[in-house]
Amino acid sequence: MTTLTKPETAAPRAPKRRRRISGLRLYTLVLIGWLILPIAIMILFGFNDTHGKQNFRWEGFTLRWYVHLFDKSDLTTAVVNSLTIALLSTLITTVLGTFAGLALGRYRFRGRGATNIVLFMAISCPEIVMGASLLSMFVTFNLPRGYLTILVAHVMFSIAFVAVTVRARVVGLDPSIEEAAQDLGAGPWARFRLVTLPTIMPGVVSGALLAFVLSIDDFVISNFTSGATVTFPLWIYGSTRTGTPPQVNVMGTLIFAVGVVIAIISARRNARAVR
Amino acid sequence: MTETQSAPVREAPERAVAAIELSGVEKSYVSHGETVAAVRGVDLRIAEGEFFSLLGPSGCGKTTTMRMIAGFEDPTAGAVYLHGSDVTGVPANKRDVNMVFQSYALFPHMNVFENVAFGLRRKGVPKDEIRSRVGAMLGVVDLAGREKRRPAELSGGQQQRVALARALVNRPRALLLDEPLGALDLKLRQLMQVELKRIQREVGITFVYVTHDQSEALTMSDRIAVMNDGVIEQLGTPREIYERPATRFVAGFIGTSNLLGGEVAGAGERAVLAGGPDERIEVPLRDGAAVAVGERLELTVRPEKIGIGLDRPDEGLCRVRGTVTEVVYLGTSTNYNVTTAAGADVVVFLQNATSADDIAVRGDDVWLSWDPRHSYAIHPDA
Repeated sequence: MTTLTKPETAAPRAPKRRRRISGLRLYTLVLIGWLILPIAIMILFGFNDTHGKQNFRWEGFTLRWYVHLFDKSDLTTAVVNSLTIALLSTLITTVLGTFAGLALGRYRFRGRGATNIVLFMAISCPEIVMGASLLSMFVTFNLPRGYLTILVAHVMFSIAFVAVTVRARVVGLDPSIEEAAQDLGAGPWARFRLVTLPTIMPGVVSGALLAFVLSIDDFVISNFTSGATVTFPLWIYGSTRTGTPPQVNVMGTLIFAVGVVIAIISARRNARAVR
Repeated sequence: MTETQSAPVREAPERAVAAIELSGVEKSYVSHGETVAAVRGVDLRIAEGEFFSLLGPSGCGKTTTMRMIAGFEDPTAGAVYLHGSDVTGVPANKRDVNMVFQSYALFPHMNVFENVAFGLRRKGVPKDEIRSRVGAMLGVVDLAGREKRRPAELSGGQQQRVALARALVNRPRALLLDEPLGALDLKLRQLMQVELKRIQREVGITFVYVTHDQSEALTMSDRIAVMNDGVIEQLGTPREIYERPATRFVAGFIGTSNLLGGEVAGAGERAVLAGGPDERIEVPLRDGAAVAVGERLELTVRPEKIGIGLDRPDEGLCRVRGTVTEVVYLGTSTNYNVTTAAGADVVVFLQNATSADDIAVRGDDVWLSWDPRHSYAIHPDA
């Protein structure tokens, strides 16, 4: 009896399961392809042996653009501007945002609710609105637009992201950890340095990475607040009218590569911390 | 001026200097514009090397009291002394006591060794000494060889022992433990109770133990302070607390207790309460307590002190009639629930030492009896 029914139930189940897996696999492949294809094309056209002004048609492989990476000095200036603005704004944002996140996650104080709402508004506000209002504000205060106003704007819109990431981490922490440190003889500064900061570090690092990424590829807000200063995204936008040189693809590829390395390191660290 | 004059008087005790002394300690919080009293006047003297428990239900002020000893809270009124010196207002990091937290509060980013060494490193103890002291302490708590593990890689019981080692390695004048076994399962909890007692004997440090678990407090403590609503209801050895509950609250909170009440029919060395025909309820009047005939009096009798039978008990024993409402067989013992003729519910624990069958079944009319010495009068105001 059992020997009769067994193959009957087993037989129809096997192909069903296989079909479900292949469907899932197809979906996964399509999704990965969708995400990766634009990046692959950017990387590929950094090796394109193009001779015209445009870099749209594949004309053969070359490493020419890697050798002549810094030939366009205004492009190089734009990339340096973007990198220094991103690094500076990340630094400032991470410090300010971490303290804000700590305060919001740990303490109850007057104005805590209002601060949370302001942070949420900074995140949800459309970039175009924020850019336009920043421009009006700078004009009203008669501030000359340039490097500094871009930096101020970038700190302004990314601080909320760091604060929110750190706050989420702080909320999940056991508050008695700091009391334990105090109990064991640690003063306020030692407590922060040895216990609080290391335990919220994953949140701080994710917040910093987010701030850097937001700053380096920001176009809309930078466009409003830049004045005569040119950043990498602004330069690319300007170049589309006359033809985008392959160096742009190379710069993009290099920035992407650094980002990937940092993301992998961060993911590995988090995985270890969780374990 | 008065401060400096009164302080030495307080510091000169009749007996040896107490490891921990609380004098008139009060603590109130302002919450939503209202003042809430968490601790309402606690006086305590905990001796050197004592295992002292603060026992009470949640919200009774026991944890607040401990946090004031640790230095995490400042008393609203009163003073805290550690070894005779006033530490009121001294922050926790400058007090010579250490605490074991309910959640253990281990540093998740440090391994076991770094966790245990934290306090010694803060004090600037030389590296070699740190290594030997941490090693020795991990031996005491049976965790040798696990120095490199992270807290997340340890079981609950092991984390508990790391927390203990991290506090004890500093050789504090007193160790404060805030419900440290609350998160462990029953078996492990019972194991750790014995373990804690052993460690305390081994290191000889004063332990102050906060718990809401009466059996835990009875098992380990030299003395227990039973707290309720911000005050100490009773302070004494486990035996005193259990056998002679001073208040109705203590009688109800510690173990199972039977409350019997009645009008005083005769008073002298013993008060005799009016009961049904042929019943006799007596309670010795201890410590010069006096009652008048006609007053209402309540007394407690522990369930294991009461005998149960179908025949009238011997003369000289307290005796009450009742009807069995429930019989619960528990292996080593049997519980009988009996409703007395006067309407009180009484629980009786009977060891199953000899009897093969139950003495009574549900619905039986029985006699309850006990030695009058096991009756304890409850303070009428409590």
